[in-house]
Amino acid sequence: MIAANLPILHVIIPLIGAPLGLMFRRSPAGAWLLALIISWVTLADSLALLLIVSGGEAVSYEIGNWAAPWGIEYRVDMLAAYVIVIVSGIGAVTMLYARQSVEAEIPRDRIYLFYTMYLLTLSGLLGIATTGDTFNLFVFLEISSLSTYVMVSLGAERRALTAAFRYLVLGTVGATFYVIGVGLMYQMTGTLNMADLVDRLPEVAETRTILAAVAFLTVGIGLKLGLFPVHVWLPNAYTYAPSVVTAFLAATATKVAVYVLVRIYYTLFKGGVFETLPVDEILLALSIVAIIAMSAVAIFQTNVKRLLAYSSVAQIGYMLIGISLVTITGLTAGILHLFNHALMKGALFLALGCVFFRIRSVNVDDMAGLAKVMPWTMAAFVTGGLSLIGIPLTVGFVSKWYLILASLEKEWWLLAAAILFSSLLAVIYMWRVIEVAYFRERPAGAAAIGEAPLAMLVPMWMLVGANVYFGIDTDLTVGTARAAAELLMGG
Amino acid sequence: MNRHSILRVVAKLMIPYILLFALYVQFHGDFGPGGGFQAGVIFAAAFILYALIFGIENGRKVMPARVNRILLAGGVLLYCFVGLAGIFLGSEFLDYNVLGPTPVAGQHYGILLVELGVGLTVSSTMIAIFYVFAGQDI
Repeated sequence: MIAANLPILHVIIPLIGAPLGLMFRRSPAGAWLLALIISWVTLADSLALLLIVSGGEAVSYEIGNWAAPWGIEYRVDMLAAYVIVIVSGIGAVTMLYARQSVEAEIPRDRIYLFYTMYLLTLSGLLGIATTGDTFNLFVFLEISSLSTYVMVSLGAERRALTAAFRYLVLGTVGATFYVIGVGLMYQMTGTLNMADLVDRLPEVAETRTILAAVAFLTVGIGLKLGLFPVHVWLPNAYTYAPSVVTAFLAATATKVAVYVLVRIYYTLFKGGVFETLPVDEILLALSIVAIIAMSAVAIFQTNVKRLLAYSSVAQIGYMLIGISLVTITGLTAGILHLFNHALMKGALFLALGCVFFRIRSVNVDDMAGLAKVMPWTMAAFVTGGLSLIGIPLTVGFVSKWYLILASLEKEWWLLAAAILFSSLLAVIYMWRVIEVAYFRERPAGAAAIGEAPLAMLVPMWMLVGANVYFGIDTDLTVGTARAAAELLMGG
Repeated sequence: MNRHSILRVVAKLMIPYILLFALYVQFHGDFGPGGGFQAGVIFAAAFILYALIFGIENGRKVMPARVNRILLAGGVLLYCFVGLAGIFLGSEFLDYNVLGPTPVAGQHYGILLVELGVGLTVSSTMIAIFYVFAGQDI
């Protein structure tokens, strides 16, 4: 019974958990426990799914027993299972971490709302990665986005409200563009089911309607994933959201949007879209600007959360470069970086959550001498930073290795140079923080503080450990990414 | 308190019929136009009319925020549990065929319960939004 329903359980368990979370109005600990248990059950389901599809066969599930083109089909293939594991894995770790951080940053009477919204977001993000129906994907996009706006607005500063509102406006534009794109495809093909669209799109791929659909889908999803010129909502949303929310969103939400883009280009259009519209060249150009300009902007930030937010925009550039190379190696690098970036940004933002928990600030200057009083937190930050830069033995190195390999394969030397140059910029912005934390004295009269509590350190170091582990043992990540890329390119 | 007597009399006359119409749209939704969403909005409209004319305090006596919140979550849960029932009866999520003795009866029960869940959640969401705009706690 459970085995047959695996492809849907990880979506509906958090969905059922969300309304249950409303019961814990007076008991934040109860709400946390509920979210924690559900996150780990979801992770178990996701890992089982990955195990099932790793043979190469996709799993299909017909909701309500209605056959595929008429009913809604859930379809989990290698790529989907991989993204599902990323999302539920990060969710499980951040929930382990969340309890004290959330209590310190969100008013007590709103904590139950946070966990409710988190469960809804989790359900929505997993739904996006699972569904095989383009309109159902829109519904999940809205579920995850709307609850994300609420989570961002729960930030302690009032500026969180404007950040959330700006995110809401741009996110809604993105979702609307997506649904317009889906509508245009429906107009030409008469179907919303992805497998059905694959069969019917080639006939009409050259029509102006489908070209417009591709444009709408690209811009709409671009807004959601923080594509370079339309990323403006991202820095403020990440900066003012509560620490746990930032860590969860930075590691999952943009990744899922990148997944949708890959689905559209490589599954729906089977890569044929690159022949009718130069979206690959456009994305490549924008991404190159992103990895250099956004890394440069990150250097000048004084708020470390904002610094990492700009760095995220740059890192999304790496994923898009991999995707827009349209080779198996490039796609492998892009897909691989989904996972690796989730690990490093998750670890870095959780470390900042520990910093904020103790000193109530994440400004560079306030972090002076912090390494002496919070050695474990800052060591985690440094390891995450090394991974972000791409030092060997970390996941960041593995991603960049494959990315540079892919650009050399095409003999695009300048692209490889741009990637290396952007890594150097990453050295500069990470070094600014590390220098202040390690080589400056703590100001006289600063409050005596200790290390962050163990309940926060352990989950954070789980992610840091994963950064190192998957940087050495790359079989699982590279193997899955390559298999997914081969299926996408060959399928 | 005798101001707006026309409004009060008309509202008193209208509200029962609005509620009745909401129930009609709700339970006739599987035969004709209608369904949980529309019914929920109509039901909430009747309540909001009552609260506008007779005051938010009276409105809160009719529908305390606590009860409203339970209904809000309960509707979603009802929907999910109907879906889960399909799984527990050995079929897929949201498969109504297995809910009744015959597939046709099963479809009937299924859509009725699911739409009831939708109706509950939509109407209590509308009321919750009204409470927030009226400056009350949800």
